[in-house]
Amino acid sequence: MDNAVIEFKNYSFKYHSQADYTLHDINLKIFKGEKILIVGPSGSGKSTLGNCINGLIPNSYKGEILGSLNIAGIDGSNASIFEISKEVGTVLQDSDGQFVGLSVAEDIAFALENDNVLQDEMKARVKQISKLVDMENFLKSNPYELSGGQKQRVSLAGVMVEDTKVLLFDEPLANLDPKTGKIAIELIDNIHNEDNIVIIIEHRLEDVLYKDVDRIILVDNGRIIIDDTPKIVLSSNILTKYGIREPLYISACRYADIEIKPEMNPENIDKFILGNEEKKLNDWFNKHNVRLKPNTNEAVLEINNLSFSYDGERKILDNINIDIKKGEMVSLVGKNGAGKSTLAKLIVRFEKLDQGDIKIKGESLLGLTIKETAKHVGIVLQNPNQMISKNLIYDEIAYGLRIRDYSEEDIKIKVDDVMKICGLSPFKNWPISALSYGQKKRVTIASILVLNPEILILDEPTAGQDYKHYSEIMEFLKTLNNNGQTIILITHDMHLMLEYTYRAIVLSDGKKLADKPSYEILSDNEIIEKANLKRTSLYDLAVKAHIKEPLHFIESFINYERRKFDEN
Amino acid sequence: MKIKLFSYNQLDTFIHKLSGFTKLMCFLLLTTTVMLTYDLRVILFVLIISMYMLKIAKISFSQIKSMLIYVFIFLITNFILTFIFAPLQGVEIYGTKHVIFEIFGPFVVTQEQMLYQITKLFKYLSVIPLGIIFFLTTNPSEFASSLNKIGLNYKVCTVLSLTLRYFPDVQRDFNSISLSQQARGLDMSSKEKMTKRLKNIIAVLTPLIFSTLDRIELISNAMDLRGFAKSKTRTWYSYKPLNKKDFITLSVCLIIFIGSLLISQFINKSIYWNPFI
Repeated sequence: MDNAVIEFKNYSFKYHSQADYTLHDINLKIFKGEKILIVGPSGSGKSTLGNCINGLIPNSYKGEILGSLNIAGIDGSNASIFEISKEVGTVLQDSDGQFVGLSVAEDIAFALENDNVLQDEMKARVKQISKLVDMENFLKSNPYELSGGQKQRVSLAGVMVEDTKVLLFDEPLANLDPKTGKIAIELIDNIHNEDNIVIIIEHRLEDVLYKDVDRIILVDNGRIIIDDTPKIVLSSNILTKYGIREPLYISACRYADIEIKPEMNPENIDKFILGNEEKKLNDWFNKHNVRLKPNTNEAVLEINNLSFSYDGERKILDNINIDIKKGEMVSLVGKNGAGKSTLAKLIVRFEKLDQGDIKIKGESLLGLTIKETAKHVGIVLQNPNQMISKNLIYDEIAYGLRIRDYSEEDIKIKVDDVMKICGLSPFKNWPISALSYGQKKRVTIASILVLNPEILILDEPTAGQDYKHYSEIMEFLKTLNNNGQTIILITHDMHLMLEYTYRAIVLSDGKKLADKPSYEILSDNEIIEKANLKRTSLYDLAVKAHIKEPLHFIESFINYERRKFDEN
Repeated sequence: MKIKLFSYNQLDTFIHKLSGFTKLMCFLLLTTTVMLTYDLRVILFVLIISMYMLKIAKISFSQIKSMLIYVFIFLITNFILTFIFAPLQGVEIYGTKHVIFEIFGPFVVTQEQMLYQITKLFKYLSVIPLGIIFFLTTNPSEFASSLNKIGLNYKVCTVLSLTLRYFPDVQRDFNSISLSQQARGLDMSSKEKMTKRLKNIIAVLTPLIFSTLDRIELISNAMDLRGFAKSKTRTWYSYKPLNKKDFITLSVCLIIFIGSLLISQFINKSIYWNPFI
């Protein structure tokens, strides 16, 4: 074990564009056959660490390097990206954006093409690799038309084709629905063997730990905080301190004052041993057993018998009936392509429905233009960069009002008001480019809120955000909701659904599959299976502790956590 | 925009099976043929061939309908303008004047002018199907590989095929941005004044440019990581080597090209076919 394949020695890195070092004094050895998980909040330097390993630093991102980095005998601080790419294969975060080829086969072959491999050999290799990832029947398909999980397989194959010693995954779970994410983790686990190294950079800890990893490395502020086995890392209290979300079953145990020890196998719920601590969990449950209350206000949005198809043949949505109550915050979930985004587009009139009706406060939206609908329903797109068109925050928020010919005095009152609600007042005259992602998101929400719509729809509001930013955005939405704003969230995030929305609506293949409390949905195996969701580990924990009402246990956990959050 | 450039769909026709290089060369040969001659007979011959090819390639009328409408509008305008600006061009070319009827002043409809203008109309008409066939039946990457084979730098070729590959993505982005801006009240319809509309378009373009820049950074990193541009050459997965079909097709087009040159040189003794003498 003495020969590390990757070795950082007193390594520091500073981007040319930045004043301070992003990585400080990194000492890290990674050995053959290891599977490593690197965690850390956004901006902690974990992606920078990844970029050092795959050669983007110092080739594409220039900067100052102190200390040394050795990758399979290559000097990582001076090698060209091509030398390093022979040793390290990288699967980037956004699989959509990284496809180079127009067909699956061509994309898998890209690295070989650049290596001047002859066509016959290339075809044979592509065939062989595509079999490994179970994509041999899709070689001629356009990668863009595949499902999220298939896309992941293609990008993986494109990297595996080079047969590199090290495989680096940069946030492989972002944008995947829970079940597909689970399959992705299985796939990564399958290609890991004694001769290669797998490095996963991800902040969704519980999902990655579904399959064993050898070590967890926690990075914060450019330094390695802890580098140890999952058992040790999870037993310590350190993750929460650095803004990493612990697995839910561990949080629940901590609330019940159970001390997590390495011998309890805390890294995986299936292996987790409660032993005598079971009683503490039961006691906690008996003490905190609370029912959540559904919203019983009158409906503000009614969708009746709605059907829609793009081509007149295949129905994207089929006879959907939904009531949204005033002041509710609801999740709209389902696997990719289930029709969630289409439903949102129909509500805001970006698309015209074929059949049925959509009513706001009893009045039909049909016949209204997009602009007129915007008075009633506002939509916030996933990527804030797709919405922002002004340089200053004030102008961006005022934009919708100026178009509607409000007087500048009225605009000032309204914009100031919204800025206060959204916590943007201190940045009033800032350029938008100086804001963080979460702040930009707030600006886009503010720019819609200023039009005072009855209903706010957000498409994946927290996609790709770490726990801190996730909480920031969600707490903000919660505040809006507490002030009476009705909110619909389109999401893949089971935590979000469980913690923030009492009720969830599940779409599957264009039909409404379920419409009930989130914790019930995430405990219902049939729905979970059909809609590509994942059962919450809280349920398994409750079963493990022989709690008779696992659903009520989850409910009580949410309530307890909510109260704890509000106290802070 | 309903028709997508290079909305290549894999069909199993003779034309689809030809290499992109063959299609490019045949396209160039036949277009040059048509460009270099004003012999209506030759042009009609090429027109018939290109119509026939459209049929072989199974390109349906509905696929190209909206494109054809624009083409016809252009052709008709062109036809009328040519007559208005140079009503006696034909007379000048052919050297004779057979008047059909007079309108007023210099505007006289002559057989010569009609032949000249109809020839010109058919010139356009025969080239357009060729272009459509080329765009709709060629796989961009395979086409890029052909360009590389005939000597164009492979980086340029790759960038070209990538641009085509990203075209639909950017179009999709444009749509969602434009819709979300409309939801904020932007009027993109023709109801708005021209100056205001231009301003509104900028409001859509700004976010589009930024999100496209994000895309570019990502793809260029992805390409670097997979060794793009590491050596002076690259191979192509989708390259189709030329086979018998290609050589036959190339030869036929070459014969048509040379044949037309010979007709101009020896039979017509000019690029114009003159039935008036």
